[in-house]
Amino acid sequence: MQVKSKKQNAAKRAENKTARWLAAPGLILIGIFTIIPITLALTLGFTNAQLLAPTNPDFTGLNNFKTLLGVSAVTLYAEKNPDGSCMKDETGAVAYEPLRPLTRDDSPRKDLRGKSEFKRIFANEKDCSIKVIVAGDPVFWRSLSNTFFFALIVVPVQAGLALILALLVNQRLKGRNFFRTVYFIPTLSSMVVISMLWRFMYQQDGLINKSIANFMPGYAPIDWLGNPKTAMPAIIVLSIWQAVGYHMIIWLGGLQTIPAELYEAVRMDGANKWDEFRHVTVPGLRHTFVFILITITIAALGLFVQINVLTQGGPLDSTSTLVFQSFTRGYQRQEIAYGSAISFVFFILVLVIALIQRSMTKRLDT
Amino acid sequence: MKINYGRLVSYFAAILFTVIFAFPLIFMVMSSLKPDFNLLQDVGTMRSFLPVGPISFDNYVGVYDRIPLLRFIFNSLLVSTITVALGLFVNSMLGFALARMEFRGKNFVFAVIISTLILPFEVLAIPLLYLMVKAPWISFDGGFHITQGIFNNYQVQILPFIANAVSVFLFMQYFKSLPKELDEAALVDGASWFMIYRKIAMPLAGPAIGTVAVLTFLPMWNSYIWPVMTVQDEQFRPIMIGLQYFYVNFGTAWGQIMAYLTILTIPVVILFLSMQRFFVNSIATTGIKG
Repeated sequence: MQVKSKKQNAAKRAENKTARWLAAPGLILIGIFTIIPITLALTLGFTNAQLLAPTNPDFTGLNNFKTLLGVSAVTLYAEKNPDGSCMKDETGAVAYEPLRPLTRDDSPRKDLRGKSEFKRIFANEKDCSIKVIVAGDPVFWRSLSNTFFFALIVVPVQAGLALILALLVNQRLKGRNFFRTVYFIPTLSSMVVISMLWRFMYQQDGLINKSIANFMPGYAPIDWLGNPKTAMPAIIVLSIWQAVGYHMIIWLGGLQTIPAELYEAVRMDGANKWDEFRHVTVPGLRHTFVFILITITIAALGLFVQINVLTQGGPLDSTSTLVFQSFTRGYQRQEIAYGSAISFVFFILVLVIALIQRSMTKRLDT
Repeated sequence: MKINYGRLVSYFAAILFTVIFAFPLIFMVMSSLKPDFNLLQDVGTMRSFLPVGPISFDNYVGVYDRIPLLRFIFNSLLVSTITVALGLFVNSMLGFALARMEFRGKNFVFAVIISTLILPFEVLAIPLLYLMVKAPWISFDGGFHITQGIFNNYQVQILPFIANAVSVFLFMQYFKSLPKELDEAALVDGASWFMIYRKIAMPLAGPAIGTVAVLTFLPMWNSYIWPVMTVQDEQFRPIMIGLQYFYVNFGTAWGQIMAYLTILTIPVVILFLSMQRFFVNSIATTGIKG
């Protein structure tokens, strides 16, 4: 008895030892290249680290985050004409007092110093005033709102279109493998390649404008990527075009886990196609649904390559995004600390989404 | 004969989507064969999707003359292959330990792997760049000495991407699916755990190896942002960066750009067509990709 347990202990020790040797290379690499960067992402934002500075970074507390997230509001006034209407400038716009003196370093309003205009809201015709939101980094806020806008459109449209494609090629169509392959090929190609291709398609004399002109004589070609109104929608379209086939495959995987007997059972009960979809397909896909929602959301919040290749955030910051800003500040301007502060915000967003996923999955399982 | 309208609509939709997804790519390939003048003239007509007019491989020759194409292809293949090969070892070993063995700290390791699964690379890019610039490296020029910065070389493109939570997870899931009796029988026969990993588990892991290889190769071949930040030296640059050479004189060399885009796309399409099963596996089982 004694002998056997000694032998067992020796075996356990050997197992423990070998397991550690097997795990070590992977763990060391994950430690260096994932865990340390995560730690840096969470801490560098509180310093003044520069990419190529020879000195060690100093701790600067919340300074970066104060600049990044600092927002205030101020009311600007215009003078009144004798008839009670507001004074206008030569272009016909109300001539409000300038914002600049209020945001200078010697401004009487300390909370406005160093900030600049983000948005003008609530013009009040009666007392000739306008509320202005000023921010320490208006480009960051614009980028954040662009990123959310992108995600808000891309997530439902891409998930929905992918489901439609999956349902389509899950039928017994002739050549369905061909269709699947065609829908999937854009995802194989990198986003860089796809962006370059669409750059030509979006040109003023490009594929899209010329094709539209064929159907609509007298159509004035649109500079899709050069117009602040159309640039982001154009990027949304090409992003969905590139990635939708990928999520089609995930939906297909989900569809194929639904047992055929379930369909037969409801058909026996006299259900039509729509009933089948609602009572068998939809419940059968709920785990896939959560998964797809989360992966598209996280990918959408990371929007970057398309911006880098196509617009560099322009025109007028209309396509600047969170990751693009962290790249611009952290790499191009070498302000690692500030770039990391932006990464920090992105990290928190991903964390929140991961928590949402967990609670959604839990709710589905109960 | 009764016409099935539902079916008809399905076919119509399937073909419509085929046009939407295939035509831009067909346009890319066809344009790569045409001189710029004809390329631009054909735009907006069906001719732009057909190999008509003065067709030649001149644009490909032009690409070859403009950039060090073979060097870039070599670099990309080298970096991708080494990462895939090392990744297969490292990740399968870790996956094996987690799936089939007991060791202290296992639960903690498992938790770390799971929580990094979802993390996109974009979060880490800037801090990682800082880390690589500051990191020490042992360099050799007659004698060994320690230098600062892993930068502008192959290592910086390989090291961060060898260990990968998704690959570990895939291997772990696969090894879990193998019957436990295999280990027990081998242990009774006096095999060591390492032998079990090498002689039993890995030879059975073909599907997982294929899936992980595909899953690692594709983003490595397509990688763009990381080499943009870390590799300035032409000698080490991967193929995606080559696109930057066409930004100069933009709009005048569209034929060459289309040729280059075609060169970039063909290898992955071939890989896909020859390893389709693994692609579908890799997506169906994880679905995590940048």
